[in-house]
Amino acid sequence: MALTLEEAARAARCDKGTAIVSESTPSDDSLRTTPLDALHRSLGAKMVPFAGYAMPVQYPAGVLKEHLHTRARAGLFDVSHMGQVHITGDDPAGALERLVPGAIRPLKPGRQKYTLLTRDDGGILDDLMVANAGSHLFAVLNAACKAADISHLRAHLPDVEILELTDRALLALQGPEAAAVLAGLAPVVADMRFMDARAVEILGRDCFVTRSGYTGEDGFEISVPAEGAERLARALLEHEAVEPVGLGARDSLRLEAGLCLYGSDIDTTTTPVEADLAWTIGKARRETGDFPGAAHILEHLRDGPPRKRVGLRPEGRAPARAGTAIHAPGGDAVGTITSGGFGPTVEGPIAMGYVPTALAEPGTAVELMVRGRALPARVVALPFTPPRQHRG
Amino acid sequence: MSTLYFTEDHEWVAVDGNTATVGVTDYAQKQLGDVVFVEVPEAGKVLAKGDEAAVIESVKAASEVYAPVTGTVTEGNTDLAETPATVNDSPMDDGWFFRMSLDDASELDDLMDEAAYAAFVASLD
Repeated sequence: MALTLEEAARAARCDKGTAIVSESTPSDDSLRTTPLDALHRSLGAKMVPFAGYAMPVQYPAGVLKEHLHTRARAGLFDVSHMGQVHITGDDPAGALERLVPGAIRPLKPGRQKYTLLTRDDGGILDDLMVANAGSHLFAVLNAACKAADISHLRAHLPDVEILELTDRALLALQGPEAAAVLAGLAPVVADMRFMDARAVEILGRDCFVTRSGYTGEDGFEISVPAEGAERLARALLEHEAVEPVGLGARDSLRLEAGLCLYGSDIDTTTTPVEADLAWTIGKARRETGDFPGAAHILEHLRDGPPRKRVGLRPEGRAPARAGTAIHAPGGDAVGTITSGGFGPTVEGPIAMGYVPTALAEPGTAVELMVRGRALPARVVALPFTPPRQHRG
Repeated sequence: MSTLYFTEDHEWVAVDGNTATVGVTDYAQKQLGDVVFVEVPEAGKVLAKGDEAAVIESVKAASEVYAPVTGTVTEGNTDLAETPATVNDSPMDDGWFFRMSLDDASELDDLMDEAAYAAFVASLD
């Protein structure tokens, strides 16, 4: 048997085809560690290199149980490898709008938004979360992209200051019991709605909490000073509803939720419209067209994109992984799967990929070429699991 | 009474007379994690040593199971299609993949016995 474990690590790349993951083992000195490294090892985590960090891919419970536990109760994720950035200046929202198609200026204090850094050709440099923290913007960037993103922001936005918060950890608490658990430490979070953001003191530390996540569940992401991270994580794990969850389940959870993984589902070769992320383009901004790649992106919006990201359900039980060719029934290759695997909550194989717009309607039959055979599959609406964010 | 052999690809081969039963080891199932899909060969399939014989997929990855010896498949464990997790629960027993005839018993000389395999696994960690 060939133990060619791709793990979740295959996804840790910023540019298409450029693997950020090295062959190195997690004990290599070259790998960075998060403030929770000792905690992961004490919990028996299997550590893997991911975007230059030693990260827990799974704990002893395993990917399947961790996934199901998150949907049933609450999972705690260490996402400290992600970039945390403050954007300060006279008009940080106005400045950031020069690099993203999202409506950042209308974002009210205490609210957060998902947006995209776009390129002049309409491709996507990264996806990110941006919160209006009152005096500044707080942004969370993909780990594999953060250095490039920060250079990009600094090069193009000389009128604002980009401050990378290297002394903070980022924890995600996700699942139906997340709010009750976190409210036990900070009652104020119970009042937050999906995509609310606010400064909250937790266990005596100045944290920045957003009610958001990457699982399709209700939950929070908590930016906490590095020196307080382990105490906070242990306090959350002390709750009987909470189990630690690794990158493996994080990937299957976000795939079921239909959420894009940068470097796999979106990259510099996909436009926001092709990626079915046109909803992130601000209404007024469609009129003004003042963002990188606007000409190409607005053309896709007006005329329809040549291809679209869709959900795919293979028939039977065989998973179709990223890179699998998508064919028209009995015909030629028309696209490629960008994320695929087994959905523990769906209890079957699920995938996302790009197909020509003519084949993007839910219900359309396609074939997936798995190990030289055509596996019948259908285009389906995303997400695969019902969204359960707390919209208030 | 069968004799147990192991391959460097983490497969076990139980040889009883002219028949070899093939599966993956406990080490393999632990490395793979939760198995969610298994495809076994049908009876009559002729396999040369090293041919891809079966497919095993976990939540994390897809892997192939190779024919450890040359011969013809006599039976596939079709139960695994419905309950792939049996590979995790009982890798050395109920989680067997397929049985095959043994064309050339001398091919077994290239395989490891239990002690050699244990030492091989220990060398990997």
